[in-house]
This record gives sequence, C-alpha cells and structure tokens, in this order.
Amino acid sequence: MPDGRTVEHITIEVLRYDPAGTEGPRTQSWTIPYTHETSVLEALQHIKDHLDGSLTFRWSCRMAICGSCGVMVNGVPHLGCRTFLRDFAPGPVRVEALAHFPIEKDLVVDAEDFVAKLASIKPYIVPKEERRLEEGPYVQPPEELERFESFSHCINCMLCYAACPQYGLDPKFLGPGLTALLHRYNSDSRDGAKDERMELVHSEEGVWSCTAVGYCSEVCPKQVDPANAVNQNKTASALDWFARFLPGRK
Amino acid sequence: MAFRRTYVRPMDGWWRRDPFFLRYMAREATSIFVVVYAMILLAGVIRLSQGEAAFGEWLEGVSSPWSVAFHAFLLAVFAYHTWSWFRIMPKTMPPVAVGGRRLAGSTITALGIAAAAVASVAFYLMVRVLA
Amino acid sequence: MRKRSNQPVFWLLFGAGGMLSALLGAALVFVTGIAAPLGLEPRAAMGYADVLAFSRNWAGKAFLFAVISLFLWHGAHRIYHTLHDLGVRGGLVAKLACYGTAFLGSVFAAEALLKIGF
Repeated sequence: MPDGRTVEHITIEVLRYDPAGTEGPRTQSWTIPYTHETSVLEALQHIKDHLDGSLTFRWSCRMAICGSCGVMVNGVPHLGCRTFLRDFAPGPVRVEALAHFPIEKDLVVDAEDFVAKLASIKPYIVPKEERRLEEGPYVQPPEELERFESFSHCINCMLCYAACPQYGLDPKFLGPGLTALLHRYNSDSRDGAKDERMELVHSEEGVWSCTAVGYCSEVCPKQVDPANAVNQNKTASALDWFARFLPGRK
Repeated sequence: MAFRRTYVRPMDGWWRRDPFFLRYMAREATSIFVVVYAMILLAGVIRLSQGEAAFGEWLEGVSSPWSVAFHAFLLAVFAYHTWSWFRIMPKTMPPVAVGGRRLAGSTITALGIAAAAVASVAFYLMVRVLA
Repeated sequence: MRKRSNQPVFWLLFGAGGMLSALLGAALVFVTGIAAPLGLEPRAAMGYADVLAFSRNWAGKAFLFAVISLFLWHGAHRIYHTLHDLGVRGGLVAKLACYGTAFLGSVFAAEALLKIGF
C-alpha cells in the first residue's frame, strides 16, 4: 500500500461516449501514477490534463459538498472526489457515468429530469401563516429539528438515483433524494405546503414506486437516509388513503 | 444549445450486477414460499371441510418424507423472512425516541426478532396446551 | 390534480401478512410441517378430531383465515412488484393474476371454514 510519497500505477477504465460520433459507448483505458491520497476525481483530472483532453466530466468543490462529481466506480455510485484509488488497488478501476441517467457525453449525465422534479417538490419553506417581525423568531427546539435534520443534508448529488433500480426501471418515479428533501420541508414546523407536496407522495410515481431496496441510503455520501423518508411517507400515505373518508376532511 | 444525442443504458439483468441487489431479490423471493405455505394450509382447510377421509389424505401428504424435507427448507426461508423483515422495518418508521435519545434501527430490528422468538415459543406452548 | 395511487390498500395487507409471517411463520411451518408429521409433539399431531375441533371454534376459524389470507395477500403484493422488477409489466393482467389469486384463495378459505361448521 503506497503512502503519500510512494508512487504506484493503476489502470483506469472509463466508459466513454461521444454524442457527435456514430457509435455507442466504448471503454478506454489509461495506466496512471497514483499515491495514497489520489482520488478518482484526481485520476480523471490527470487523464484530462496529461493524456486525453477530450475526457469530459463534472466536478467543482473537490470536497464532497457540491454534489457534482458523482460517478459509478466498479458498478457502485460514488463521489469521485471522496473515493480513493488505494481502495481499489491493484485495479483496474472501472469508471462510468451515474447509472439510470441518459449519458450526454463520457461521464456527464442528463440531469434535467432531476432538476425539473426538484422544482416540483417546492424545496423551500412556504410560511404556514403571515408572521410579523415583532412576533419574534420561530422557535424550533433541538428535538424537533433532530426528527428531520438528516434530510436537510442532501447535496443533490444523485447517487441515490444511480442506486435505485426502481428509478432505473421507471424514470417517472420521484425518487429517493427528492422525497427526502420533500419530507424535510413537510416536517418543518414553519412550513404550510404539506398538502401540496403530499399530492406527489400519494401518486403512483411518488412513494408507491418504491420497493424498499434500501440501496439509496447505503450509497448516500451524507447519511441522509432517503429510504427512511420514502418509507415513512408510505405509512403516512397509506393512513391518509383511509383518513380522507373521515368526516371533517376536504 | 450544442448537439445532443443521449445514450440510455439498458436495465436488463440489473439485479445480477451487484451483491446488494442479489440479496434484495432473495429477500423478495421469500414471498413465493409464503404463498406456497399458505396454499398448503388452504388445501388442508378445504380437505378438512370435505370430511375425515379427505383430510386423512392431506395429512398423509404432509407427513411424507418429501413434505417434511420441503418444510425444513420452508423453515429456513421463513427464518430468513423474519430476519430480513425486521431489518427493513425501521426504515418505515418515524424516529422513535426513548429517554430523549433516538432508537437506533438495529435496536428496533433486535426487538422485532425478539418479539418473533417470544411469539413462536408462545405459539408452540399454546399448541401443546390446546391440543 | 395528480392521480392518487390505490397501492395503500394492498400495501397494508402486504404489511399485515408480512408481520404475521415474520412473527409466526417459522413456528407454524415447524409445527404443521415437521413436528406434527414426525410425531415430535404427540399432543399436536393434527389428528382429524383435534383439527376439526380447533376450526369449529370462532377463534380457530379467525386464526386460520388470518394466516391463509394475509400470507396470500403478502405474497401477491411482493410477487407483483418482483415481476415488475424483472421486466414483466403486465399492468392490469399482472395485478389481476396476483391480487386475484390472493382474493380467490381467501374466498375459498372462508368458504371451507364456514362449511366446517361450529
């Protein structure tokens, strides 16, 4: 196992795709130097900077907070900046675009569906009531926040969508990450848009496409536990299916 | 906008590509055997309603070596179902707080399996008492 | 207005059947399929008279119906979704086949249990 100074070599296999060409995807390999600290993202950057400038991939913060660099590494969704080549030695390391998304080019996927759905869940506080400054701040004790805080940690990296076979089989599914985010706002005492968001939840494309595979929570780099958000909402949606017949409901 | 021609990868055989998905499929497959056992019981109840001779035939079938061996297999499947059921159950629940601290998923799982053990023993004892 | 799914009904039946089978399934299989046939527990030998007496009791009927019916509904829901996972998306046909079987099985169970009398 190399330390920070020792340089070893490893082969990176990348599934490449050129939309301007006539072929489908193909695999291209490079053997590159790496140290104990080298991440998958740095490996891709090395290839682009020194070996093949046409390699195309998204990245930004390099520190697992922007959610841009999601890729499949040996078939499992990872953030490239936080995944280290040392864990895959001696290699080869196979890198592919995030599963269950159409490939635009090389490691870049078409995220338009995700972005459109993100807007549809109203990912912001819709105030429950008009509140004047003089009334002071909202009070939200730590125990209350604890109930939904993990769902607020989502960085929209889409690894959970790459892990979710139901999303792969049916892209109409709202999906794990966005259901977690939806749940975050429904759970916030300041918010008043729960009924509108639940409309998405109650539909076939809402929680009812989920079969509790649970892989989404396994791969999430921020321990959001989207599986919990989705399945909690199954219980809520099921109870509501019957509760709507009770007198006093619209 | 630049030229676009997206490529959609096929989902065929998706569940064979990852041990996690194989375990998921094994978990889901247990339900086939839950149905099979229910059908065995259903057959028994129907034969029971048809009289002693008919029920005797069902009893004979269930007592055969093949049947006993199959039930040993069913036993293993149901045990796996119990384990996998309580493993996934915490995911369906909102946070449960005990003494101000959130109950871990693994604790809920352990409690579920303990409940199954207690229920099984209670059931077996009841059968002995009532029979 | 997005169409509300009707899956909750089947999901609750699936959940009830899953919970019942998780708690008692193994014990039931052991008693009816191994202990009784092998004579491990002579008092639970599943003789005609004993089983008839059990099923003539309202509690016995309820228990047998619950086990048979809920186990069938549990399997139906899961098998329907697993077929979908495997690429078989018959839609209404798949639903009728899976849930229909559970429904019919429940009807036959109820019929037999009532026929047995009190």
